Amino acid sequence: MYDTQSVKQTKTINLAPLGKKVLSGAIQMAYFLAGIGLLIAGYMLTAVFVKDLPSLAQIGETMKTLWSNPYYENSPSDRGIINLIISSLVRVGSGFILGAAIAIPLGVLIGSVPVLKKIIDPVVQLLRPVSPLAWFPIGLTVFKSAEPATVFIILITALWPTVINTAFGVGTLPKDFKNVARVFRFTPAQYVFKVLFPFALPHIITGLRISFGIAWMVIVAAEMLSGKSGIGFYVWDAWNALDLSKVICAILIIGVTGLLFDRFFGFLERKVSYV
Amino acid sequence: MLMTQTPLEPLIPLRFDRNGTPTLDIDHVHKSFGNYVALEDVSLQIWPGEFVSLIGHSGCGKSTLLNLISGLENPTQGMVRLNGQQIEGPGPDRAMVFQNYSLLPWMTVTQNVLEALRAAAPQLSNLERKERVESFLKMVGLWQHKSKRPAELSGGMKQRVAIARAFAIHPQVLLLDEPFGALDAITKGNLQEELLNMWQLEAEPVKGQEDQPSQKKNVVMVTHDIDEAIYLSDRIVVMSNGPKARIHQIIEVNLERPRSKAQLVDDPEYLRLKAQLLALLSVELAHHD
Ligand SMILES: Nc1ncnc2c1ncn2[C@@H]1O[C@H](COP(=O)(O)OP(=O)(O)O)[C@@H](O)[C@H]1O
Ligand SMILES: [Mg+2]
Repeated sequence: MYDTQSVKQTKTINLAPLGKKVLSGAIQMAYFLAGIGLLIAGYMLTAVFVKDLPSLAQIGETMKTLWSNPYYENSPSDRGIINLIISSLVRVGSGFILGAAIAIPLGVLIGSVPVLKKIIDPVVQLLRPVSPLAWFPIGLTVFKSAEPATVFIILITALWPTVINTAFGVGTLPKDFKNVARVFRFTPAQYVFKVLFPFALPHIITGLRISFGIAWMVIVAAEMLSGKSGIGFYVWDAWNALDLSKVICAILIIGVTGLLFDRFFGFLERKVSYV
Repeated sequence: MLMTQTPLEPLIPLRFDRNGTPTLDIDHVHKSFGNYVALEDVSLQIWPGEFVSLIGHSGCGKSTLLNLISGLENPTQGMVRLNGQQIEGPGPDRAMVFQNYSLLPWMTVTQNVLEALRAAAPQLSNLERKERVESFLKMVGLWQHKSKRPAELSGGMKQRVAIARAFAIHPQVLLLDEPFGALDAITKGNLQEELLNMWQLEAEPVKGQEDQPSQKKNVVMVTHDIDEAIYLSDRIVVMSNGPKARIHQIIEVNLERPRSKAQLVDDPEYLRLKAQLLALLSVELAHHD
């Protein structure tokens, strides 16, 4: 009897949040537009003093050219914008996936074996603040080629946030859940896949989200360093040709791409959240 | 203490055979956490089919005693035996309904029960497990909520999932830690009936396990509620205050089953027991601080 009551209640309140969602969406959009407006105003103000900055019209024109033929492929240093982004994303993706493949098991180990935490934690703390670019010479020495060395930088970048967040997620599994697994005699596989992993998953995804964000930031510098064709190399190339409106277009495109991926990870986070 | 050492009380007609091997034998158990001595020299035998309640002031070590029986904790001294065998750790012959439900929040109601059953009864086929989950969820009236996650359930509903999960594995001993503590009177009353039904029903031979001898099931329940303890139990174990808590007294509840709450209200034996427990808890064991 007490059930039917709660069922009815959830049914009646279903309509209200819809209106609220539309409203809060509209408010968010307004804030977003206000922010963009501020950004443009700031740019225009700066451009008054710094004469070399391209005008908004020039930037718009360049953007149009970029997107009018985004897939062309003339030479390694002359490619369409989509191809450039894809090159960079493939690098970031490979480094990120390899990094995650190392970071998640490592984080699980650190989080569940206290001795390992004591041993590995100082190493993580020592290496984490190092700029990933400092690893480039090591990568070149090991792999003898710029392409894998670039992926290696991304791998190192992507490692730390995922290791730390996974270890935290695994290490904070509440005693209550452990007790459930013990009392009902869960098998080791059940413990890992039905208890430990689902509990830690939101933390792991958060780690991956941060890792990917930093990796995407670092790819620009890495490609400048390695001279490998991609969106970072494009920025460097445009700067050498003194084409600042291309640089600004690239900045915007890098930003939007990063934002889209961040939103995607945010969506995953909500998907695996259980509260 | 004295009563546990003299298993046969000649004047009271006993519903249980208190000879042979007790289901649970808590034998001179001490439990310390660091320097803090939670339990000191606790001995208690629980006989097949018995429903025993543990009552006592908060912090006296009731949950600790339940954890020792479940095997989640080990005694510092002494031992706990189940059917004559020393308890080495948790096992599917004992199931627990945790004080805070402890459902796994990322699983649906069905998955929570099914996963426990998968672990505790690996000999069953998938179909048998599904059928059993269905029958127990129906029994606690949650079948129509089977696909919900714990976050979508009320406290009473979560409690019933926890009870269904524990009972579905057909444990010989059911351990309940303040199972109805936070519930309103109506929900509590309903769940008590469901608990009694399942406790009695457990004595039936289990479908698919007819070859095994049907075993009388035991319940050990921690409660703060005197009325609940009398209504449900065969014996009520009153613990003294911690630290160094002991068994202060064991009270026999000699009331015919099935009991009716309406009739108990003016049953002289019920009133006597209630007065006795009240006096114990609020005078003899009152906190002096
Ligand atoms: N894991 C533990 N570590 C330290 N002290 C504990 C632990 N578990 C229980 N205690 C202490 O033992 C005493 C009894 O606790 P508990 O069994 O939970 O009491 P109850 O269930 O009767 O309220 C309390 O003083 C509590 O603080
Ligand atoms: Mg307790």
